[in-house]
Amino acid sequence: MLRYLIKRLLMLVPLFLGITLITFTVIHLAPGEPVEMQTAMNPKISAQTRQKLREYYGLDKPLHIQYGRWLTRLSKLDFGRSFASDNRPVIDKIKERIPVTLSLNIIALVLEFGLAIPIGILAATHRETLLDKGITIFVFLGFAVPTFWLALLLMYLFGVKLGWLPISGLHSLGSEGFTPVHWLLDIGRHLFLPIAVATFGSLAGLSRYMRANMLEVLGQDYITTARAKGLAERAVIYRHALKNALLPVITLLGFSLPGLIGGSVIFETIFAIPGMGQLFYMGVMARDYPLVMGILVIGAFLTLVGNLLADLCYALADPRIRHGG
Amino acid sequence: MTNLYTLYWNRFRSNRFAMAGAFVVLALFAFSILAPLVTPYNPDAIDAYHVLLPPTDAHWFGTDELGRDVFTRVVYGARISLKVGFVAVGIAVLVGTVVGLVAGFYGGWIDTILMRFVDIMLCFPTFFLILAVIAMLEPSIWYIMIIIGLTGWMGVARLVRAEVLSLRERDFVLAARALGASDLRIIFRHIFPNAMSPVLVSATLGVAGAILTESALSFLGIGVQPPTPSWGNILTSGKDYIEFAWWLSLFPGLAILVTVLSYNLLGEGIRDALDPRLKR
Repeated sequence: MLRYLIKRLLMLVPLFLGITLITFTVIHLAPGEPVEMQTAMNPKISAQTRQKLREYYGLDKPLHIQYGRWLTRLSKLDFGRSFASDNRPVIDKIKERIPVTLSLNIIALVLEFGLAIPIGILAATHRETLLDKGITIFVFLGFAVPTFWLALLLMYLFGVKLGWLPISGLHSLGSEGFTPVHWLLDIGRHLFLPIAVATFGSLAGLSRYMRANMLEVLGQDYITTARAKGLAERAVIYRHALKNALLPVITLLGFSLPGLIGGSVIFETIFAIPGMGQLFYMGVMARDYPLVMGILVIGAFLTLVGNLLADLCYALADPRIRHGG
Repeated sequence: MTNLYTLYWNRFRSNRFAMAGAFVVLALFAFSILAPLVTPYNPDAIDAYHVLLPPTDAHWFGTDELGRDVFTRVVYGARISLKVGFVAVGIAVLVGTVVGLVAGFYGGWIDTILMRFVDIMLCFPTFFLILAVIAMLEPSIWYIMIIIGLTGWMGVARLVRAEVLSLRERDFVLAARALGASDLRIIFRHIFPNAMSPVLVSATLGVAGAILTESALSFLGIGVQPPTPSWGNILTSGKDYIEFAWWLSLFPGLAILVTVLSYNLLGEGIRDALDPRLKR
């Protein structure tokens, strides 16, 4: 296991270098000099700031030196300052957005797994029945529904038509004067639709995966054995099959890591939630290079770590992988 | 060979969902090519006297904030979606196939470098990467198709490589090599045709994904630019006028849903027909 772990950790280095190299290339993809192009469009940037930016990217130096310097700064979590009028460090802007996105996505993630696992089990144990077919249709619809459209429909139904829920933002007007309980309830009401949309977005794929795993396990010899020795169907499914079918699903949690912090551009923009996705979108629209690059590198790095965690969970659970690798 | 294709076709034909998907996809093509015959209106014709009208006999899907017929714009929007789907997936399949063939056939350090590059590309949150690149470029439908294509080839590369690895040592390839066939001839004559079926499936499903991505980009205002109609940018008006005009939100979204669903059913149908062992 230790050898496997060391091998995987060493692989992170070239992969992370590759990520930064691609991000760096994207910065230099823009026609003309990045700083000139950015500053020409933003009258708020003074000649002094412009010079600072040139120095920050070292644009007078050869490309490989520029890349080296940028990388050194990255390693200290220095992503530069935002081009926006507040001119604050990118890392601070990112930090203040994380709590909203993280809490929203954790709730959504718990709901996704909490719903997808029973749905998958039901479909697998009732294979080829009306229930299974109904779930399959739901899954196919789930794959095809654009989440932003679903968000619009829910906004129309609950926000406009029924008037039950607010359709944007995190707080109501005057929420500063609310009691803590009222304040929390207010946030909950605002987050209800975004969480519902986020949950639905990944429900289809996850429940289908759970169903496939469950079916595979139910076809194994030891399940036949368990049934042959007269165990109740309940015990066969929940004690013997479920444990093995859950393993691959649980490892998927690792892949959720980047989404937890990265958030979603689409529904944060639609519901005007001040999270990471919205920050990124606003950065893109304002051509705020340092911000866009910072979030991109962080997002890719989290994917890398998430993949590693998922693989490690899998290796811990499955001896064939840790000894074979 | 004819028998094999007849077998595939018979399997495909017996799958009702796949046939329905194929029918809708064909109908969409017919609609978008024959758009001027399908609808009497011009998609860009502004009519200040008929603004934000609910659906009627004259305007099946109602009219938008400029009095344009929404049905007409949805029909013309199909042209954009189908074009984006095909070009983007075409690029993804081309790049992915070449990378997969080269990596699988030559192996060694070429394989290592190419596959690590695939790993790195897969690390980027795709939608974030697409947004970042598009932000640097002038808005243009061609850039959108190219960027969706260039961020979507990694899956195809992995599929093709896996196929090549299993085909490379097969007798017919060894025989071709023994007869003195060149690398290029072996790759394109013997390996490529045999590796095509998983690519076909993944391309069909990829069209659905590309259509979803384009509509999301257009919805955010950085995809297809108005006045050119696309399903995504009609939905942008839908959001702006959500309190007065539900039809602006409902119909373009339904169009996306039906199209994506049909491509998915078609793709799954093709997979089951080509290789029933994979059937789930």
